[in-house]
Amino acid sequence: MKRLIALLGTFLISNSALAEWGVNLREGVTSISSDIYDLHMLIFWICVVIAVVVFGVMIYSLFQHRKSKGAKAANFHDNTTIELVWTVIPILILVGMAIPATSVMIDLENTENAEMNVKITGHQWKWQYEYPDHGNINFISNLAESSKNAVYDETSKPENYLLEVDKPLVLPADTRIRFLFTSADVIHNWWVPDFGVKQDANPGFINDAWAEIPASAIGRYRGQCAELCGKDHGFMPIVVDVVSKEDFKTWVADQKAARAAAEASANKTWTKDELMANGKKVYDTNCAGCHGVNGVASVPVFPNMKGSALANGPAADHTNIVLHGKGGMPAFKMLGDADLASVITYERNAFGNTGSVVQPSDVKSAR
Amino acid sequence: MTTATASHDDHHHGPEKGIMRWVKTTNHKDIGTLYLWFSFIMLLIGGAFAMAIRAELLHPGMQVMDPQFFNSMTTMHGLIMVFGAIMPAMVGLGNWLIPMMVGAPDMALPRMNNWSFWILPFAGAILLSTFFMEGGAPAFGWTFYAPLSTTFAPDSTDFFIFAIHLLGFSSIMGAINIIATVLNMRAPDMKLMDMPLFVWTWLITSFLLIGAMPVLAGAVTMMLTDRNFGTSFFDAAGGGDPVMFQHIFWFFGHPEVYIMILPAFGVVSHIIPTFARKPLFGYASMVYAVAAIAFLSYIVWAHHMFLTGMPIAGQLYFMYATMLIAVPTGVKVFNWVATMWKGSMTFEAPMLWAVSFVFLFTLGGFTGLMMGIAPADIQYHDTYFIVAHFHYVLVTGALWAIIAATYYWLPKWTGKMYNEGLAKVHFWWSVISVNVLFFPMHFLGLAGMPRRIPDYALQFADFNWITSIGGFAFGASFILFTYILIDTIRNGKPADARPWEGAKGLEWTLASPAEYHSFNTPPSRKLIEAESQHTA
Repeated sequence: MKRLIALLGTFLISNSALAEWGVNLREGVTSISSDIYDLHMLIFWICVVIAVVVFGVMIYSLFQHRKSKGAKAANFHDNTTIELVWTVIPILILVGMAIPATSVMIDLENTENAEMNVKITGHQWKWQYEYPDHGNINFISNLAESSKNAVYDETSKPENYLLEVDKPLVLPADTRIRFLFTSADVIHNWWVPDFGVKQDANPGFINDAWAEIPASAIGRYRGQCAELCGKDHGFMPIVVDVVSKEDFKTWVADQKAARAAAEASANKTWTKDELMANGKKVYDTNCAGCHGVNGVASVPVFPNMKGSALANGPAADHTNIVLHGKGGMPAFKMLGDADLASVITYERNAFGNTGSVVQPSDVKSAR
Repeated sequence: MTTATASHDDHHHGPEKGIMRWVKTTNHKDIGTLYLWFSFIMLLIGGAFAMAIRAELLHPGMQVMDPQFFNSMTTMHGLIMVFGAIMPAMVGLGNWLIPMMVGAPDMALPRMNNWSFWILPFAGAILLSTFFMEGGAPAFGWTFYAPLSTTFAPDSTDFFIFAIHLLGFSSIMGAINIIATVLNMRAPDMKLMDMPLFVWTWLITSFLLIGAMPVLAGAVTMMLTDRNFGTSFFDAAGGGDPVMFQHIFWFFGHPEVYIMILPAFGVVSHIIPTFARKPLFGYASMVYAVAAIAFLSYIVWAHHMFLTGMPIAGQLYFMYATMLIAVPTGVKVFNWVATMWKGSMTFEAPMLWAVSFVFLFTLGGFTGLMMGIAPADIQYHDTYFIVAHFHYVLVTGALWAIIAATYYWLPKWTGKMYNEGLAKVHFWWSVISVNVLFFPMHFLGLAGMPRRIPDYALQFADFNWITSIGGFAFGASFILFTYILIDTIRNGKPADARPWEGAKGLEWTLASPAEYHSFNTPPSRKLIEAESQHTA
């Protein structure tokens, strides 16, 4: 019993060492986010004033008009004038709120004159970023290992727990950027509070939004998926690195070089060990969330990889499902040929499976 | 002839004995009691799910359950509370009170009344049975957006769809019954504008139910065919649109929130005049305000969808229409305050709950107004800010009114008086803990914590801890409430026919407990006028 109480004690103990006490909206770094902040504060103070007046009258009445103080009940029950007054005044207040709200709305919906586009695709449970104006740079951004490993670790959590990714989105400052949102599976929502950008990513449709981050705000920004998208909805953060225009150019050049190298490696024939080693990395990042690190699914909704008929059957069927998805399984065609070949080979040969080896060239021809 | 008369008389003497009384009953009071107990049990089950959610969110990291089960918990908590607890409780209150308030002997359609209740336990059981199915219970939120609820949902979703259909049948039948009762069974000398506010709010709510529930049935039927028969209503790959699901859902969903709150407005409009010993201020404007809110509730649905990529004209229209709701809602609050003004108030338990309803519901109203502002909603949407908002209007709004109504009419239902001291302890315990529970959620939402996440970044840890502690305390208050109810039924002191000094209404002219059949002869015009809410 004592141990139970002690256990309960540690369970109930406050987290206060861990945190700061944020209580209000952040002003953010874009013109939209600060307009929204101003609007929020305006409505907030209007509500406070109304509350003080209404609750003030009510509290006065609650203390003055009580029977124990000898209050005798009056008998009035209608007064057209006052009823008209408290219908008309709220309408005027609402008009006063609607005017600034409308102008902010029109501004933030205006996605014209963008200097560059970024296409953002939601996947269960990661974000894919594409730069159509910069030679189609295309990569996936997953929850960082440091956070993933700490979910079940009671002793310590890393800095920026659940708000860190393996590869952040990189954006240039002082550039009017148009974001295009879509999804490969369910509805997601891409939200970075400091930009004032939050938009649903709908499968089969494209939404847009814009942001221009001033050079004074170069730095790292964080956000999260804001629409329930299944099991790991809470584990698909967003990290954005805002860099100077020059740094962005360098970054683009680096990305292009890295992609050329990856394409070259996809043309060679890999050994099974190479495929298995790379495959484990790709599997743990992309597949383990549902199919389990050990090939046993985390929840029974998803199929096990261990002993799977597909992984032990013909390679073409297996490759096809990984590339194009099926039902709840998302398509993974955004991964490179080498990574796909590695992960398929890994799935076919790890966990005691006895499938064949798949080469990058096989994946390329199956696309 | 003699025997025939005798058996006929027997029929009117009272209920059958034993369990069959409850299975076969067509009596509005029995059925009202069944509804109320059913909703209370569902409230405890839904509350248990909430406790599980708060236990998981007590600390950062996953300690209690896996993320998929967490999603099932939030989903089932919402579904059970909306469809199993709040709605049936309101129908239960309506069943018990409406015939007595309009001077009728019973509901207009008593056999249908029996059926509309007895569907519920089966629907609830089917919904809860999904926990034991392979793949687990539905885990897509109570709003079940496609395609998460279609292509990507567990197999148990088809059972969920069936349960929703049954709940819809039950609600529609209940609504038809109330409309028929109010319009056809009302005492001949009672004009519509003589009706007490609770009857008015329920009449208007019934029309909302009849309009909204079939739309929900349509939405889940489209889900069913998308899942099983190869249609593509919500699948872009087949020419459908997942956003259309949200339009259909919220065309039901927005009236639905008023279905849960309008009868609560009615309850509060009875309790405040009673304990202020003063007629309700602005009776006519109260009726018009309820009607206006009901009308507006049908034309504002897409304010739940400001982030789905609507054209600007749509966003502006839905923003303006939504802001308009503040006007009739404001009128109601002002009228309640004016009713208290220069009254002679006492603060028995029903009044405490009703007064705190006015405070806390209004607080939820303010955050509602804030979210109606479309650009600001971008930052509030799908965060804990909205979780705070709808718990203020549904827990300290709808549920508060149900608890207030229970204390207020319990003497009429049971003929016994509850323990006022314990009831006051219950009130203060609840009102403090509920604010510790829900108020910090505003901060969490504004600071950027999304809703429906099983684990969170470290800057949200403190407020989540406070919220969870408040949640456990609020959950525990229902143990006391259960005790008070059972204690009243078993040991309560006999109550007078009119236990509240300032109470008006035809129900108080009946004995406590009310006889099995009330108003076998309709009340006279004189009595109706004497018991009217809006005459001095």
